[in-house]
Amino acid sequence: MYLYPKWVRLWHVINAFLIIVLIITGISMQYTDRENAAYLMGFSRAVKWHNISASFLVANYVFFILGNAITGNGRYYKLPLKNLISDIMTQFRYYAYGKFRGEKHPFPVNTERKFNPLQRFTYVLAMYVAFPLLIISGFGLLFPETVINRFFGVSGLILTDILHISMGFCLSIFLVVHIYTCTLGAKTFSHFRSIITGYQEPDEQ
Amino acid sequence: MRKWFGYILIATVLVFDNSVLAIVPFPGRTGRAIQQDTTGYVSPFRDQNERCFKCHGQSKYEYSNENLGLTVKALMCSERIVDRNQFYSSNHKSFSCTDCHSEGYAEFPHPGELRMEQKFNCLDCHGGDPAYEKYQFEEIDSEYRQSTHFKLEKEGFSCWKCHNPHYYKLNIRDNKNISEAVIYDNNLCLNCHANFKNFQLLTDAMEINIVREHNWLPNQSSHFKSVRCIECHAKANDTLLVAHLIKPKEEAVRGCNECHSKNSILMSSLYKHLSKEERKSNGFVNAVMLNQSYVIGANRNEYLNLISLIIFGLVLLAIAVHIIFRIKSSIKAKGGDNVSVS
Ligand code: HEC
Ligand code: HEC
Ligand code: HEC
Ligand code: HEC
Ligand code: HEC
Ligand code: HEC
Ligand code: HEC
Ligand code: HEM
Repeated sequence: MYLYPKWVRLWHVINAFLIIVLIITGISMQYTDRENAAYLMGFSRAVKWHNISASFLVANYVFFILGNAITGNGRYYKLPLKNLISDIMTQFRYYAYGKFRGEKHPFPVNTERKFNPLQRFTYVLAMYVAFPLLIISGFGLLFPETVINRFFGVSGLILTDILHISMGFCLSIFLVVHIYTCTLGAKTFSHFRSIITGYQEPDEQ
Repeated sequence: MRKWFGYILIATVLVFDNSVLAIVPFPGRTGRAIQQDTTGYVSPFRDQNERCFKCHGQSKYEYSNENLGLTVKALMCSERIVDRNQFYSSNHKSFSCTDCHSEGYAEFPHPGELRMEQKFNCLDCHGGDPAYEKYQFEEIDSEYRQSTHFKLEKEGFSCWKCHNPHYYKLNIRDNKNISEAVIYDNNLCLNCHANFKNFQLLTDAMEINIVREHNWLPNQSSHFKSVRCIECHAKANDTLLVAHLIKPKEEAVRGCNECHSKNSILMSSLYKHLSKEERKSNGFVNAVMLNQSYVIGANRNEYLNLISLIIFGLVLLAIAVHIIFRIKSSIKAKGGDNVSVS
C-alpha cells in the first residue's frame, strides 16, 4: 500500500537533511572554545549555516503544516484521547517484549492507521510541540529585540536560549529513537525504503 | 503560497546584512536654550563658572559692543558649547573653568594669545598622586604611548580626545549596568570613528566606514550594543581595569571563539570588575554575564550538559539492549522461515 504521498516524502527528506545540519552546527556553536578553535566546524561558519538551514527549515515546516491541513495526511496526526496511554503501553510492551515472542503486531498498519499509537504520539509531540517551540525560540535569538527583557527577574534571552537548546536536544533524542524504531518494520530497511518510494509492505503477521 | 515562502526566505537572508549602528548622538553638543539643572550638584565655583556659562552654556550668547553702544546677539558654535548638567556630573565637576583655563578668558573678546595656551594633561595633576593609585595613571600613560593613536600626538591627539575635558565621567568602574557602560565607551570611539568632522582634524586619511569594516561580524548592531570596541581593539592587560593599548587593526580580535567560549576574553575585559563575583552559579559558566546578555558558547550550563549526556547515554543503552534481543530472537527464528533481523 502507498502510505507516503510524494509531498510527505519530499518534505521528509529535506527535513531530515536540515535537522542533521542544524544539530551539527548547533553543537559546534555551543562547544567551540578558545583552545579548540573549531569544535566540528568553527563558530562563524556554524552560525552562518545554522541560520541558513533554519530559514529553510521554517519554510519546510510551513509546507508540512499546510500539507497536513490540506490533504488527508493530517488525520494521522489526530491524537484520540481515549485509551491513549493504554494503547501506547500496549505498543511499547510489544516492542520491548512481545516482538521477541513472535506475538502479533497489536496495531497492524493499514491506510486507516498509518502510525501505531507510539509513533503517532511521538510524531505529534515532535511536529506540533517541539517544532513550534524550537522555531519560536530560535526566532527570538535571531531577533533579540523581540524577546521580553525580564521575565520574573530572569533575563528573557536566557530563558529563550534554554528553551531553544532543550528543544534541540529533545529533537536530537527523537531523531535517534526515530531512526532506530524505523528499523522495526517488516524488514530492517523496509521503512526507509517506504519513506523514499512511498510503498509500504504490510507488517509481517 | 509559494510567494510567501519567497518572502520568508528573503526576509531571513536580509537579516544577515543588518547595518544599524547603535550610535547615540553625542549628548551636550547640541546647544539648547538655558536648561534646567538636573544634577542637584552645587559647585563651590558656581557663580564664577556662570561667567563663562552665560556664553558657553548654550547656542546663543550676547555681549555689549561699547563702540556701537549695542547689545549684540550671536551664535556660539557647537564645539565651544559646554553643557552645564554634563559638566556638573563629570569627574571634574568640582573645578572652576579657570582651574584649567587661563583667568584671562574672563575678558571678552578673549585675548588672542590665549589661543596658544598650553593645556594640562592628566598626568600633570594625577601623576604620582597616591590618592589616584588605583587608577594606575602611569601604566595607562605608558600603554597610550604604545597605542596606534599615539602617532597622531603631533596632530593634536591626547587623552582629552577620548576623555572629554568637560564631561568625562567614570563609567565601567562602578557601573553594574554593562550595556550603559558599553554605550558610553563606544560613543567615545564613535565620536571620531563615526563623525568625520572630528576625525579629519587628526588625519588626512579617507573616512573609515565602521559598519562596512565590520561586515564580517554578524548581528553587528547587537554586538556593538553588548561589547565595546576595546574588547577587540585593545591589547589585553591583566592589571588595568580598562586596557588602553589600541593595537594596529591587523591585530584586532576576529575569532568568534575568543568571546563565544567557556574562557571568554570578556571575563577579563568587559566583565572584569564583576568577575570577582561568582564565576559560576546554578551551573552556568561565566554567570556574571547573564544579567546583561546571553553569550552563545560562553554561558553553557554544566548541569544541563550533564543531564543531557546521561539521557543520551541511556537512550543509546536501551537501543543497544534492544538490538541484542533482536539478534537473539532472529537467530532462534532462523531455523524456521529465515526472516531477516526484524
Ligand atoms: C561674552 C561671551 C563669552 C564669555 C563670557 C566667555 N567666552 Fe569664551 N568664547 C566666546 C566666544 C564667542 C568664543 C569663540 C571665539 C574666540 O575664540 O574668541 C570663545 C572661545 C573660548 C575658548 C576657545 C578658545 C580657542 O582657543 O579656540 C575657550 C577655552 C573659552 N572661550 C573659555 C572661556 C572661559 C573659561 C570663560 C569664562 C572665564 C569664557 N570663555 C567666557 C565667548 C565668551
Ligand atoms: C579639567 C580641566 C578643564 C576644566 C575644568 C574646563 N576645561 Fe575647558 N578645556 C579643557 C581642555 C584640556 C580643553 C582642550 C581640549 C582639546 O584640546 O581637545 C578645553 C577646551 C575648552 C573649550 C574649547 C573647545 C574647543 O573644542 O575648541 C572651551 C570653550 C572650554 N574649554 C570652556 C570651558 C568652560 C566654560 C569650562 C567651565 C565650565 C571649562 N572649559 C572647564 C580643560 C578644562
Ligand atoms: C588640573 C588638574 C587635573 C587634570 C588636568 C586632570 N584631573 Fe582628574 N581630577 C583632578 C582632581 C583634583 C580630581 C578630584 C575631583 C573631586 O574629587 O571632586 C580629579 C578626579 C578625577 C577622577 C575621579 C577620581 C575619583 O576617585 O573620583 C578621574 C577618573 C580623573 N580625574 C581622570 C582624569 C583624566 C583621565 C584626566 C586627563 C584626561 C584628568 N583626570 C585630568 C585633577 C585633574
Ligand atoms: C582611545 C581612547 C582613549 C584614550 C586616548 C585614553 N583613554 Fe582612558 N579610557 C578610555 C575608555 C574607553 C575608558 C573607559 C571609560 C569608562 O567606562 O569608565 C577609559 C578609562 C580611563 C580611566 C579610568 C579607568 C578606571 O580604572 O576606571 C582612566 C584613569 C583613564 N582612562 C586615563 C587615561 C589617560 C591618563 C589617558 C592618556 C594617557 C587616556 N586615558 C587616554 C579611552 C581612552
Ligand atoms: C568583534 C571584534 C571587534 C569589535 C567589537 C570592533 N572591532 Fe573594529 N575591527 C575589528 C577587526 C578584526 C578589524 C580589522 C578589519 C580588517 O583587517 O579589515 C577592525 C577594524 C577597525 C578599524 C580599522 C579600519 C581600517 O580599515 O582602517 C577601525 C577604525 C575600527 N575597527 C574601529 C572600531 C570601533 C570604533 C569599534 C566600536 C564601535 C570597533 N571597531 C569594534 C574587530 C572589532
Ligand atoms: C579623537 C578622535 C579619535 C578617537 C576618540 C578614537 N580614534 Fe581611533 N583613530 C583616529 C584616527 C584619526 C585614526 C587614524 C586613521 C589613519 O590615519 O589611518 C584612528 C585609527 C584607529 C584604528 C586603526 C589603526 C590602524 O592600524 O590603522 C583603530 C583600530 C582605532 N582607531 C580604534 C579606536 C578605538 C577602539 C577607539 C575608542 C577606544 C578610538 N579609536 C577612538 C581617531 C580617533
Ligand atoms: C568581543 C567579543 C565577541 C566576539 C569577538 C564575537 N561575539 Fe558574538 N556576541 C558577543 C556577545 C557579548 C553577544 C551577546 C549579545 C546580546 O546580549 O544580545 C554575542 C551574540 C552573538 C550572536 C547572537 C546574536 C543575538 O543577537 O543574540 C551571534 C549569532 C554571534 N554573537 C555570532 C558571532 C560570530 C559569528 C562571531 C565571529 C565572527 C562573533 N559573534 C564574535 C560577543 C562577541
Ligand atoms: C528530526 C528529524 C526528523 C523528523 C522530525 C522526522 C519526522 C517524521 C515523521 C513526522 C514521519 C511520518 C511522516 C508521515 O507519513 O506523515 C516520519 C517518517 C519516517 N522517517 Fe522521519 N523524521 C526525521 C528524520 C528522519 C531521518 C534522519 C530518517 C532516516 C535516516 C528518518 C526515517 C523515517 C522513516 C523510515 C519514516 C517512515 C516510517 C514511519 O512512518 O515511521 N526520519 N518521520
